Amino acid sequence: MSRSVERQVVLPFAQVVRISFNSMRVRLSRSLITTASLALAIAFVAYLWSGYDILNSVWPHVDSAFQEDILTSGYEMTDGLFGSSPKDRWLAILSLIVAVVGIVNAQLMAVTERFREIGTFKCLGALNSFVVRIFVLEGIYQGIFGGLIGSILGILVSTLSLTLKLGWSAILFWPPLQMLVTIGWSLFLAALLSLLGVIYPALVAARMDPAVALRAE
Amino acid sequence: MEVQGNHNVVRLSEVTKVFRMGSNRVEALKGINFAIKAGEYLSIMGPSGSGKSTLFNMIGALDKPTTGRVFIDEVDVAQLDAYELAWLRCRKIGYIFQTFNLITVMTAIENVTLPMIFAGMNRDEYMEKGMELLGLVGLAERFQHKPPELSGGQQQRVAVARALANSPAIILADEPTGNLDLTTGEEIITLLKRLSTERGVTIISATHDIKMLNVSDRIVWIRDGRIDRVEERRDLKISIGEVK
Repeated sequence: MSRSVERQVVLPFAQVVRISFNSMRVRLSRSLITTASLALAIAFVAYLWSGYDILNSVWPHVDSAFQEDILTSGYEMTDGLFGSSPKDRWLAILSLIVAVVGIVNAQLMAVTERFREIGTFKCLGALNSFVVRIFVLEGIYQGIFGGLIGSILGILVSTLSLTLKLGWSAILFWPPLQMLVTIGWSLFLAALLSLLGVIYPALVAARMDPAVALRAE
Repeated sequence: MEVQGNHNVVRLSEVTKVFRMGSNRVEALKGINFAIKAGEYLSIMGPSGSGKSTLFNMIGALDKPTTGRVFIDEVDVAQLDAYELAWLRCRKIGYIFQTFNLITVMTAIENVTLPMIFAGMNRDEYMEKGMELLGLVGLAERFQHKPPELSGGQQQRVAVARALANSPAIILADEPTGNLDLTTGEEIITLLKRLSTERGVTIISATHDIKMLNVSDRIVWIRDGRIDRVEERRDLKISIGEVK
């Protein structure tokens, strides 16, 4: 019997996409808060990465006096590259740890205030996996959107600040390929962080008995 | 539709439910035994805090009893796996709540069609049936409205349409008229009664609305987590505003 039942309770992927997209669109301000916290965290990391990328790209093209200027303005070089010292890595990791706490908190709140909706879904015959799938997809949307905004913001700020410090050579030797790589990594990182935040509360909520989820306020 | 036999659609055996809040133990249900026959219109009456809603959740397989068994169509609910439970909630039972519980971010038609999507219908089928059900409750022209744009009575009518989506054999209604004015409440009751007589749907409703008694076949009175008494409608003497 269980096999035929399995076929009779379904949620096609197209419907998951539609439901989760609509649910984000309608709750735009709420999901923008979550997305903003993601975007800020990613902006900082992208700012660090792209700043070092620009420095590394400028370095071989300028004379030694200019190179001396860069070093005296506070940038440290390890093995001929900027950004690979333990201090730099710690800065990025610490900023991400702080960001994760904020994102998990934002996602936790967003899922908790939807317990009632989750309970209703389950009353209508949703499997736990339907609920998880909808939330995971929403998390991915938010991650990609936040990552895109954040990485562009970070790259803009680092380019601007380095242009102010180093002059036009920062624009002249701006490395487009590295920037694309940074955006790619940022998107991945943002989606990962967003999922990290959404998956635990979504699992908890999906496993609740409908009556318990409906009672929760 | 279902065979109008006299088999038990729902049967409860020694059902208890205990809620733990910190060190407090609250016994909401203290051993409930009774059976509901197919096609019956049954009302569960009782003061607030008597365990009505808890009992409602047990009958609807929305919550697990602490001890005892709940049978739906003579199948022990505790023996069902997640798929079978979801199937039961999707196809067999339609729920109506006092607080409507519509999905607020979805339009009326999206709310009504959601159970049909779960049941695997294709778009043409569920849109057609969804509009037909909204027409049945008189809201066809408001299908694009979201719950906040509808009045309480209209929201409850959307909820009734949603409960009917997969033509369930049982409709469970928890205080369906609790948040409605007199006229709208009566409309909902008339609609439920019509479903019961025309389609043979079993209606189980937790209520303290006296209007419900007129249409019920049987009334179960709950007091303090136990069944106080069970009455057949023909034994009831209803005078205006008072029930003895």
